[in-house]
Amino acid sequence: MANLKWWKIAAIVLVLYAIIAGLLMPVPKLPILHESIRNLYFHVTMWFAMIIILLVSLVYGIKYLSGGKQYHDIVSSEAAKVGILLGLMGTTTGSLWANNTWGAWWVNDAKLNGAAISLLFYFAYLILRSALPDEDKRARVSAIYNIFAFTMMLVFIGVLPRMTDSLHPGNGGNPGFGGYDLDGTMKLIFYPAIIGWSLLAVWILNLRVGYKVLLEKIQNN
Amino acid sequence: MLLYLINKEIKLELRNKYALGGIFLYVIATVYTSYLSFKNIIHPATWNALFWIILLFASINAISKSFVQDSNGRQLYYYTMLKPQTVILSKMVYNAILMTFMSLLCFVFYSVFINYLVQNLAMFLLVLLMGSIGFSSILTMVSAIAAKTNGNFSMMAILSFPMLIPFLITLIKVSKLAVDGIDNSVCYPYLLVLLLINIIVVGLSYILFPYLWQD
Repeated sequence: MANLKWWKIAAIVLVLYAIIAGLLMPVPKLPILHESIRNLYFHVTMWFAMIIILLVSLVYGIKYLSGGKQYHDIVSSEAAKVGILLGLMGTTTGSLWANNTWGAWWVNDAKLNGAAISLLFYFAYLILRSALPDEDKRARVSAIYNIFAFTMMLVFIGVLPRMTDSLHPGNGGNPGFGGYDLDGTMKLIFYPAIIGWSLLAVWILNLRVGYKVLLEKIQNN
Repeated sequence: MLLYLINKEIKLELRNKYALGGIFLYVIATVYTSYLSFKNIIHPATWNALFWIILLFASINAISKSFVQDSNGRQLYYYTMLKPQTVILSKMVYNAILMTFMSLLCFVFYSVFINYLVQNLAMFLLVLLMGSIGFSSILTMVSAIAAKTNGNFSMMAILSFPMLIPFLITLIKVSKLAVDGIDNSVCYPYLLVLLLINIIVVGLSYILFPYLWQD
């Protein structure tokens, strides 16, 4: 424990807090949602963490294009993989919730379609990477595709859902989470949970990048 | 220089007629196959969706060769002579012209063989034009990316679908409005989204193509 950095400790504490307090603390009694409103601490926060980690992927992609350092490419691609993991978790938690609240695992909703297409984008990104054997070319072309993917994802989950009604709580044109009727206690768990899951994602990324860098060193020797 | 390059693309296309003929034949054959399978579609939603799906695959087929057909020698020549932005823009404009002709042809054949259900023709044609331009700009950039993987067709489809699906869904929604003869003012927000996606794609391509090009 001695060499555990402060932000890793924070990640552990915040995620534990989100799980324990998220399941035990009182929540407002709302029709339809009832106790399932607690999914806010997991489903929504995982999407937030996903966006953050994909933003990291984008930034390092741009860094690669301007500098050409291989390390930046490693961070960018690994961040995309962690983003996919969080995206799958977000979809799974959302699907479990939907089955209990809406009565179906998947519905034709603008937000669900946006999420599915964003995942499709990043799967395509991984396939593109595997199709390019040359290291430099792979890094360059996939960074370009990454920039496309992130920008389009913002359009699909930020603009298109606003055009139609969504089944999501607090909706009717506006997909913001302000409509959630968050009361004080929920905010006290919601915001720390976002930070907690994001830090956990960064931690996973940190381990993955370290592993890849070591692998690269071994291969070069 | 841009006009000159577009002119060159058109000349090149007209010179080897089999490519252009192949694209048009693909469209006609697909429409005719649909006609034999469906006979006559009277349901507007189905009519509309099938039309756009035919057009989607025809576009992928038509544009996928954009960057493959230029030989390495010619690309090197461009590289020394031209700005990369000029190259991508000329290809986009050329493909937009090609797609407009193709989608009009597809519309005519589709109307003749399957059915004609459009009530607001002006709006439908506008949507057709927006769709052609959008397909061409998205697919031109993706074909530039896919060409780096030695240009196989499945890569083109995999890379372009995530970009095309939301565009296609918006297109289908707004053209359904046009088919039903709904007032133009209802269609404008959707046209705005199509325009937005288009601007983003063209803008990003303009910025990023130079990085893609250097080999």
